[in-house]
Amino acid sequence: MEAAVGDLMATELRLGLPGTADDDQPQMKATVPSTPRGKKRTTDTDAVEDAAAEEDSKHDVEAAPPVAKAPVVGWPPVRSYRKSCFQASSKQATKDEAPSSNTAASAAANTTIGSFVKVSMDGAPYLRKVDLRMYKGYRELREALEAMFVSSNNGGANLSEFAVTYEDKDGDLMLVGDVPFEMFTSTCKKLRIMKRSEATGLGSLRQ
Amino acid sequence: MTYFPEEVVEHIFSFLPSHSDRNTVSLVCKVWYQIERLSRRAVFVGNCYAVRPEHVVLRFPNVRALTVKGKPHFADFNLVPPDWGGYAGPWIEAAARGCVGLEELRMKRMVVSDESLELLARSFPRFKVLVLISCEGFSTDGLAAIASHCKLLRELDLQENDVEDRGPRWLSCFPDSCTSLVSLNFACIKGEVNSGSLERLVARSPNLRSLRLNRSVSVDTLSKILVRTPNLQDLGTGNLTDEFQIESYFRLTNALEKCKMLRSLSGFWDASPVCVPFIYPLCHQLTGLNLSYTPTLDASDLTKMISRCAKLQRLWVLDCISDKGLQVVASSCKDLQELRVFPSDFYVAGYSAVTETGLVAISSGCPKLSSLLYFCHQMTNDALITISKNCPNFIRFRLCILEPKKPDAMTNQPLDEGFGAIVRESKGLRRLSISGLLTDKVFMYIGKYAKHLEMLSIAFAGDSDKGMMHVMNGCKNLRKLEIRDSPFGDVALLGNVANYETMRSLWMSSCNVTLKGCQVLASKMPMLNVEIMNELDGSSEMEENHGDLSNLSKVEKLYVYRTTAGARDDAPNFVKIL
Repeated sequence: MEAAVGDLMATELRLGLPGTADDDQPQMKATVPSTPRGKKRTTDTDAVEDAAAEEDSKHDVEAAPPVAKAPVVGWPPVRSYRKSCFQASSKQATKDEAPSSNTAASAAANTTIGSFVKVSMDGAPYLRKVDLRMYKGYRELREALEAMFVSSNNGGANLSEFAVTYEDKDGDLMLVGDVPFEMFTSTCKKLRIMKRSEATGLGSLRQ
Repeated sequence: MTYFPEEVVEHIFSFLPSHSDRNTVSLVCKVWYQIERLSRRAVFVGNCYAVRPEHVVLRFPNVRALTVKGKPHFADFNLVPPDWGGYAGPWIEAAARGCVGLEELRMKRMVVSDESLELLARSFPRFKVLVLISCEGFSTDGLAAIASHCKLLRELDLQENDVEDRGPRWLSCFPDSCTSLVSLNFACIKGEVNSGSLERLVARSPNLRSLRLNRSVSVDTLSKILVRTPNLQDLGTGNLTDEFQIESYFRLTNALEKCKMLRSLSGFWDASPVCVPFIYPLCHQLTGLNLSYTPTLDASDLTKMISRCAKLQRLWVLDCISDKGLQVVASSCKDLQELRVFPSDFYVAGYSAVTETGLVAISSGCPKLSSLLYFCHQMTNDALITISKNCPNFIRFRLCILEPKKPDAMTNQPLDEGFGAIVRESKGLRRLSISGLLTDKVFMYIGKYAKHLEMLSIAFAGDSDKGMMHVMNGCKNLRKLEIRDSPFGDVALLGNVANYETMRSLWMSSCNVTLKGCQVLASKMPMLNVEIMNELDGSSEMEENHGDLSNLSKVEKLYVYRTTAGARDDAPNFVKIL
C-alpha cells in the first residue's frame, strides 16, 4: 500500500519547485523559495494536497541521508544550551527509545518525527499537526482538536457537528474512539475531521 | 574644580552613572585620573583580551564589582572552535593579588575552572555576588567551594552554563550560618539536588527574592519552599509533571497565592498541560514569563495562561504558540515591552507555527514593544513596514527567518524595504539582526538611518563589498559587527580601518576576506589583534599556502578587536594572530 502511494506521488502535480523533494541537492545552497503557505488558497482540496505533498516531500528528505538536509553549522542561531535542553526533554517525554544519533539535527528530527500526525479539517485551508503522545485519552485529544480548529473558525460551533476520523496503518478510514487509546495512537497515521453528513456508514456516530 | 578637596571631587564623581562617563573624566587631568581610579567601584571589561587583567587591577585597586566578557557572541552558535580562549583564571588570579575587596564578579562566555572558583571563594572575604552566564569548564565541585567559603554570599546566579555534574553535595555546602542569600539560580544544573538541604537553605534565607530551581526539584519540594518565601519576586519552577498527587498541586496553588510579590515566572520544563491551571491564580500579577523551555505546552495551553497576564511586560515563548496565540497575546498584554519567540524545531527549513501575521498582530496590540527576538519561517516587506509604524520604539530588533536567503513570502522580493522601514522608524535602535533574502540595499538603509546602532548581526546577506562599506561608513556608534556567510571581502575589510579603533570587535566567518587582506589590516592597525582561525583539518592548507606569495586563500574565520594588551599568549594552535 505504501509502495503504491509512493508511485502515485511521483506522478502527482505539485506547486513545489523542482529540487524541493526527491533530489539530492542540499536544501541550504539552493535559493529555493518554498511556496508560501499564505498564498495557497486556490481551492481547499488543492491546498490540502499541496500542503500534504510538501509535508510528504519533507519526510522523504528526512528519511534520506543527511545530504539533502545538511545542517548549516550554527544555524538557526540558537544557543547550544537551549538545543541541549530540548534533547534532554525529548528523551524524558518519549516512552519508546528514540534511536540516539550523532548530529543535533537528526536528534531534533527524532523528536519531531515521533508521533506527530497531520490533522485536516473539512473547510480549513491548511492542516495542523498534533503529537499523539501528549494526550492521555480521547477526551483530551478531542479538546485539543476543538481548541485548534473550531475556536479559529466559527466561534460558537463545536466538534459535535463533525466526525473525527483517522487513517490507520492499512490506509483505511476509521472512526476515532472504537479501540483503546493506546492502540489508536500506535496505528493512527493521519487525522481527518469531516462533516457529519459525509461520515455516513462509519458506524454509530455518538457525541 | 581642582581647588576642591579630593573627597569632594570623588563625591561628585559618584553621581556619574555610566562607565563611559567615568572613563571620560579620568582623561581630563592627572589629578582627576588619580581620584577617579582610586574611587572606582565598578569596572566593565567587554572583551577580556582588550586589556591585561593585571593592568585593570593596578589601576583600580578598590574595585568592588568586576564584569568580564570572553568569547565573541557567535560562540553561542558553535562558530568559535572549542579551546579558543576566554579563560577566567588570569582575571581571578590578578584580582586575588590586587583587589581583595572584590565583592561581585560577573562573567559571560568565559571558561572558568573549579580551581579558579576555589581561589575566588578563598580570596575575597567580602565576596557577595557571583553571576556566570554561558560559561563552561567548571563542575558542581567549584560551586561547593563557593557555597562553603563565601560567608556573605548574596547572589549565586548561574544562567545557561555548561556545568559538569558531580553530585548533589554542593548545595549542602552552604553552612548553617549562611543566611544572606537574596538570589539563587541553579536552573542549568543538570543533576539532582537534595530536597532537604534545599528546603533548609531556603528556610534560613529570609531575604530571598529570586529563586530558580532546576528540573530535578519536585512539586512537593516546590510547595514546601514557597511557604517559606512570601517575599519572592522571581521564581523558576522545577519540573511540573503529571506524575503527581493532586494534594501537592493544591498545596502549590495555596503557596503561590501567598507570594504576593511574585512578578516573574520561568522554568516549567516538561510541564504537563494539566498542571498549568494551578498557576492561574498568579497570572494577574506577573510582569515576566518565560515558557521558552517548555515544548510540552501547545498554543491552547499557552494562550489560556497568557490571556490572564494583563500586566505582562516580558514574554519568552516557543513558536508553538502560533500566530493565533500571538493574537491573544496582543489583545491581552498591552504593556508588553519585550517578546522572544524561539523555534521548537531546529531544522533550517523546519516548520514553524509563527509567521509575519503573528508579529503584525503583536505590533498593533502592543505599541510599547521595544525588544524583539523572533524566529519564524516567513516574513514580508509589507508586514515589516506595518510593524515599523506600529512600534517606533525598538531598541533591539532581531528577526531570524529560519531558511537562509528566503525572500518576501508574498512578492518573492528581497526584504530590504522591510528592514529599511524598521531602521528608519525606530530611531533609537541599538541592536539589529537581519535575515532572509537581502541585497546591498538594506545596508544602505542601515548606514543611512541606524545612527545609534551598536550591534549588528548579518548572515547570508548582501551582494558585494558595498554592503559592508555602507555600514562601516554610516554607523558611527557601531561597537560589535558580526558577519557570516556573506560576500564581503578585503575591500570592505580595509575600507574604513579607523572604525576598528572605536569598535569593540569584528567577526567575519565564511566571507571573502583573504589572508592578504588580514595581513594588510594587521600592519595598518597595530592596536588591533587580527585573529584568523582555520579548523584543524584546514591548518595543513595554511602550511601549504605559506609559500604562496599571493596569499589569496580565503580566511575561514576572522576576529578583530582593539586591545592594549598585544597579542594574547594563550591562543591555541588553530588561531593565528597577525
